[in-house]
Amino acid sequence: MSEARIRWISGPVLRARGEGFRMREAVQVGESHLLGEVIRIAADEITVQVYEDTTGLKTGATVYGAGQPLSIPLGPGLLGGIFDGLLRPLTDTGTPYVMPGLRPAPRKAFRFVPGVSVGQRLGRGAVFGAAQGGAREQMLLLPPDAEGEVAEIVPAGEYAENTPLLTLTLPDGGTRMIAMCSDWPVRQPRPVAARLPNDEPLLTGQRIVDSIFPVARGGRAAIPGGFGTGKTVLLETLAKWCNADVIVYVGCGERGNEIAGVLEEFPQLDDPRSGRKLMERTVVIANTSNMPVSAREASIYTGATVAEYFRDQGLHVALMADSTSRWAEALREVSGRLGELPGEGAYPAYLSSRLAEFYERAARVTTLGGAEGSITLIGSISPPSGDFSEPVTTHTKRYIKSFWALDVKRAQARFYPAIHPLQSYSEDVAALTGWWQGQGSARWAAWRRTFLTLLEDQTRLERMARIIGKDAMPVRAQLTLLSADLVNEAFLRQSAYSETDRYCSPARQIAMMRVLARFVELVEQAHAAGVLPEQIAALPVLRRIARMGEDIPEVELARFADLEAALEQAFAKLQEATAHA
Amino acid sequence: MLDRLIVDGAGTKLDGPLLFLKRTVEAGLNEAVEVTGADGRARLGRVATLDDEYMIVEVLESTAGLALAETRVRFHGQPLHFNVGPGILGRVFNGVGQVMDGGPPIAATRSFRIEGLPLNPVQRATPRDFIETGISTIDLMNSLVRGQKLPIFSGGGLPHDRMAAQIALNARLRGAKPEDFVIVFAGIGLPYDSAEYFQHTLEESGALARTALFLNRASDSSTQRLLTPRFALTAAEYLAFVEGRHVLAIVTDLTNYCEALREVSSSYGEVPSRKGYPGYLYSDLATLYERAGRIRGREGSLTQLPILTMPADDIGHPIPDLSGYITEGQIVLDRELDRRDVYPPVKVLPSLSRLMKDGIGAGYTHADHPALASQLYAAYARAVQMRILAGVVGEEGLAEADRRYLEFGGRFEAEIVNQAGPRTLEESMDIGWRILRVLPKSELTRLSDAQIAKHLEAAGVSHE
Repeated sequence: MSEARIRWISGPVLRARGEGFRMREAVQVGESHLLGEVIRIAADEITVQVYEDTTGLKTGATVYGAGQPLSIPLGPGLLGGIFDGLLRPLTDTGTPYVMPGLRPAPRKAFRFVPGVSVGQRLGRGAVFGAAQGGAREQMLLLPPDAEGEVAEIVPAGEYAENTPLLTLTLPDGGTRMIAMCSDWPVRQPRPVAARLPNDEPLLTGQRIVDSIFPVARGGRAAIPGGFGTGKTVLLETLAKWCNADVIVYVGCGERGNEIAGVLEEFPQLDDPRSGRKLMERTVVIANTSNMPVSAREASIYTGATVAEYFRDQGLHVALMADSTSRWAEALREVSGRLGELPGEGAYPAYLSSRLAEFYERAARVTTLGGAEGSITLIGSISPPSGDFSEPVTTHTKRYIKSFWALDVKRAQARFYPAIHPLQSYSEDVAALTGWWQGQGSARWAAWRRTFLTLLEDQTRLERMARIIGKDAMPVRAQLTLLSADLVNEAFLRQSAYSETDRYCSPARQIAMMRVLARFVELVEQAHAAGVLPEQIAALPVLRRIARMGEDIPEVELARFADLEAALEQAFAKLQEATAHA
Repeated sequence: MLDRLIVDGAGTKLDGPLLFLKRTVEAGLNEAVEVTGADGRARLGRVATLDDEYMIVEVLESTAGLALAETRVRFHGQPLHFNVGPGILGRVFNGVGQVMDGGPPIAATRSFRIEGLPLNPVQRATPRDFIETGISTIDLMNSLVRGQKLPIFSGGGLPHDRMAAQIALNARLRGAKPEDFVIVFAGIGLPYDSAEYFQHTLEESGALARTALFLNRASDSSTQRLLTPRFALTAAEYLAFVEGRHVLAIVTDLTNYCEALREVSSSYGEVPSRKGYPGYLYSDLATLYERAGRIRGREGSLTQLPILTMPADDIGHPIPDLSGYITEGQIVLDRELDRRDVYPPVKVLPSLSRLMKDGIGAGYTHADHPALASQLYAAYARAVQMRILAGVVGEEGLAEADRRYLEFGGRFEAEIVNQAGPRTLEESMDIGWRILRVLPKSELTRLSDAQIAKHLEAAGVSHE
């Protein structure tokens, strides 16, 4: 093991003299074994970025090289757990505070069921057994860099995560011991057999996302928004209700109370699909804003690596990163301490390529073991003063396909989710139309278009109303405003805290879209028959439509047909009355 | 504090607040030091950078009067600590935790690092339970919850001092013993008269007995301002998590803190980020704000009500902007309301309490509180929109329903926002229901039929 002596310390960066180190090698610093990474080598001097508080560190202290890049242990014990940015468990530390220094990870034990026998040849990433006893049965895979013949395997039984279970004879004649848990470097994407096209939606239960700006499984989405626009609540809502098998939630430089909220709420909520607790499918990686900054930089990669570990088991994973701006700021802070030349907004010039690397880890793939898995990446962005022209937002936009822009005006009126229908977009719509048609909604794409056109017209007409007054507007324009208002209120608004409405199944979304689309058609017909806008606005059925998300639960979908019938009736009466007059 | 090393005349350079020393002792990073010049005055400092041959000490007070030859540096052997004990309530401290009310020093029972340690999110208990401030726009519309950090975004000349003092006097926990609720008040860079005002108001009302007051005056050195909130929050943490009380920490004015940070950062020659503030302003502010909260299995709670003045009333300025990203909401004050003599001039639309949902509703305040607040927000947002419209086309250009909104908006500001004395939540809610009667029932989509029947129709008042 290589060693070096500290010569210079300032904040989380130190320089030390010693030889035999490699770039990006993990190191341990000083008596309390603070974790760090080599980020620069010049002659016999290395520069180290330390991931923990360096208070009390002295010159002359020793830096120990680990001989391998910064790696994290991946195993079945991750599910349902909470970890720091370097995947060290945050549970059972004995104090309410996060103390710097090495913490030995408690090893969980699982029941091992062997799936292969001695003499069998195994390829990279092949399944060699299963681990039971956790939240769900998990497949055990050879690491992506191991292949060979099974020389020995233990019988079924209870084993700790790091106990060697399998001895592999490698192609070069050497042997390698394999445990349930294996290390993988965080900055290196795990290999796959092939990438697949994204043609299935990640269903989130949020109407404006699923029906208007959908994201595909294996897709990439970003949620930019100024403070108070509801980024975190939206991200948490997606984490709760989306139809992924595993959620990796990275709280990167955000609030401690929010993480505490997730940890309190998720174990109580049921997954609407599996009926099990939401926490059982979740891995939380928390580096709150007051935890050391440099570990924040690593936490995003840690999250992506954990997501890939589950993807390789043939699972669909959703990775939520809140917030990528804090990660970029960590990058900026370390870059500043290294004296690198600042780029736009004082961010380092490599910000764009780092963002690209991260978002490229999203994909639907065939794994090395031959299964199908996916990672969907959803990152929030916290642009300074809510200005979307800043570097992190503009660079991110180049790499993502679904853009959910949060709007201050909507948030201020407590209209949530505050996704702005005109500034947002999704490039996955064309690929997903087929799926929605398969759900019995042949007109999904047409309805979506109708709603978006209405919302676009609304913006234009409201500008006009500001000049000439609402009453002076043409009847047709008044009707458009009426319909657009109803689409907003009845369909786009969805309370994350409402028991009935926080999750909306595709069937319910279709039912609601049908009612609204029918409303738009009926307004059109009524207009032709000479009905006045005030008469339509006064219909009591409007209030029922506006509140249908709140009033009609998942289990009573038949009531939407009643509502539609009431709607038809109300309009028939109006037209009749008009005809008589 | 084991080996108190003293080094004489090792200085090689003085540059702003930085003192360069030859490294003759084994010091650790961030270790506290006392720098004494020929004038005999001890100045606090900390070891900022270490090298084989030299070290840089950041002097946290004015370096005026220091010379290289006669400067003596005493090393504490540990980072800065604050010695606290049960006697800190009712006392007045300066910005670096020294008693300045003429009384005896504090009988210390515990000593804590003023930087604090990051609270493990797993060990946090989620903030719950409502704190009644007596202000309707906070209690009814943006409720403050125990363990929350909710800043007031103000501007120069707005009555934030008056509001802060009023909250300190009137805030109460419903259903807790009064002695369990204490205030830690930190004034950072306060002008003489503001400092006097706070001290006087607290003494006068008798509230000082349950308050620990920390005052850093505008005339004190700016580097000291970086320490004031840390000393105050250390005291607050002690009261909350050792003594098990519910603490409300009022910290004003954080803008002065950020200015001091910028000053120190530039003296290091660091690459500046937005508006000359250091790139780590977010992380630095987080080390203060994140000290609010509750700890699992412990009694007390630490709630923060920081106050900052937005330079040029710009909410996009880095100080309010970064604060807003860390804190759990914000209460925004508005110059226009103030000009119209509406007090407290809270601009409701951009104000927000993120944790409100955890502290109100059934079991905490009233089952219909969340729906009422949501409906008031939606209606007021619409009223403001109508006001803009009416400003162009005139009131006559509006439809009947829209004119109702205009009336609602006016009454909202006159009856909910404006208030003479403190109100209980029930009083605030009654006014809320009353003014909603201005609007037709069909507009109240955030209320259920049952809520409308119970609060708007049962009272025997039909829609006007």
